[in-house]
Amino acid sequence: MARSSPTHAATAQRITLAALLCLGGMFWPPVSRAGGERTPLPAILVEGGGHCLAPAGEMRRRHPDMLKHQRDRTVHLGERGTTVNLKECVACHASRTTGSVIGSDQAFCQGCHTYAAVQLDCFECHSPKRTTAATSGPAANTIAISARAKR
Amino acid sequence: MSPTPNDTAIALRRALIGAGAAALAGIALAPGIRLIEVAQARDPKRVASGEVRWGLLIDTTQCEPGCRDCIDACARENALDTPIDNAQRPHWIRKVELKEIRTGRAASAPVMCQHCADPPCVDVCPTGASFKRNDGIVLVDRHSCIGCRYCVMACPYKARSFVHEPVTNQNPDVPRGKGCVEGCTLCVHRVDRGQTPACVDACAAAGHGAMTFGDLNNPDSEIARRIRAVASSQLRADLGLDPGVRYQGL
Repeated sequence: MARSSPTHAATAQRITLAALLCLGGMFWPPVSRAGGERTPLPAILVEGGGHCLAPAGEMRRRHPDMLKHQRDRTVHLGERGTTVNLKECVACHASRTTGSVIGSDQAFCQGCHTYAAVQLDCFECHSPKRTTAATSGPAANTIAISARAKR
Repeated sequence: MSPTPNDTAIALRRALIGAGAAALAGIALAPGIRLIEVAQARDPKRVASGEVRWGLLIDTTQCEPGCRDCIDACARENALDTPIDNAQRPHWIRKVELKEIRTGRAASAPVMCQHCADPPCVDVCPTGASFKRNDGIVLVDRHSCIGCRYCVMACPYKARSFVHEPVTNQNPDVPRGKGCVEGCTLCVHRVDRGQTPACVDACAAAGHGAMTFGDLNNPDSEIARRIRAVASSQLRADLGLDPGVRYQGL
């Protein structure tokens, strides 16, 4: 077997380096850079501020599944008044000024969905507006997630 | 065997207890709330029971020609009002005026989803969005409706309509939006709370009392008593769909 020429070796080295950089990039999530001020984060207004059904991290990750499972039971079986309930989500999280969870990039649902570029279809049909006064948390608990989301 | 005096006494006591219970059930706890309604209200967390079959009895002799109270109440309850032009406006209830030419006898009746026991809309739905709930209410699951409108074609009662325009200001209990087919839900959100449909309430409030809502399977319910006592018919009974809505005096 012929030995590869120096030019070939240099090319191979360059390719390996590029591959390593790519791999490194994959495991270097943008989270590590999120500490810096240069990364934009959603500036949503979290109103209410009381306790939700689960810790915030879990709610962020699992709320679509929760709603999706419950909606089928509610529509097909007629199960109502359950803990997972879109109407209650809206009642608690709607903005105190507009009374809605959509309509601006500060709105609870729209703010995050715009940031994450995830289409928000619920409110094509469901009402995004609060009808009853939220039961938990005074207006003073308004928190703006701006520089660092640590909840 | 002739009844002994003891049997007669027991029967009398039972009749008295029954009458007492009925009187107690009719007592008003507060305006609009009666004990009987509290007792009949199901726990909202429980699933709809297959032992119940919700139905309507419409007394066309009491239905006022030209009256639109049920239609207006339906539009208010389900937030159906839209700026859409009339031809594309969704309708959940239609008022049908009938006249027999030979005799000149006129009758008027609201026609909505008939909540068939064998609904053709469910048969033709390609996604399973049209379905019948355990308690006989035929609904559209808008999460899986693709807006193909097969059900609109299949329904012999013209009960389904299509939403052509974006919808805003929905009732939080009645989600509805563009691109889906919809029809009378028998006010399922109210029924699940133990209330009656909005049209029935409006008809009673207007003093017509032409609509009776209740459980067709419960022999003691008012609707079951009435359909036992008076002649009523199903629309297009020849199709064998067994609608849950019955008409008296057609």
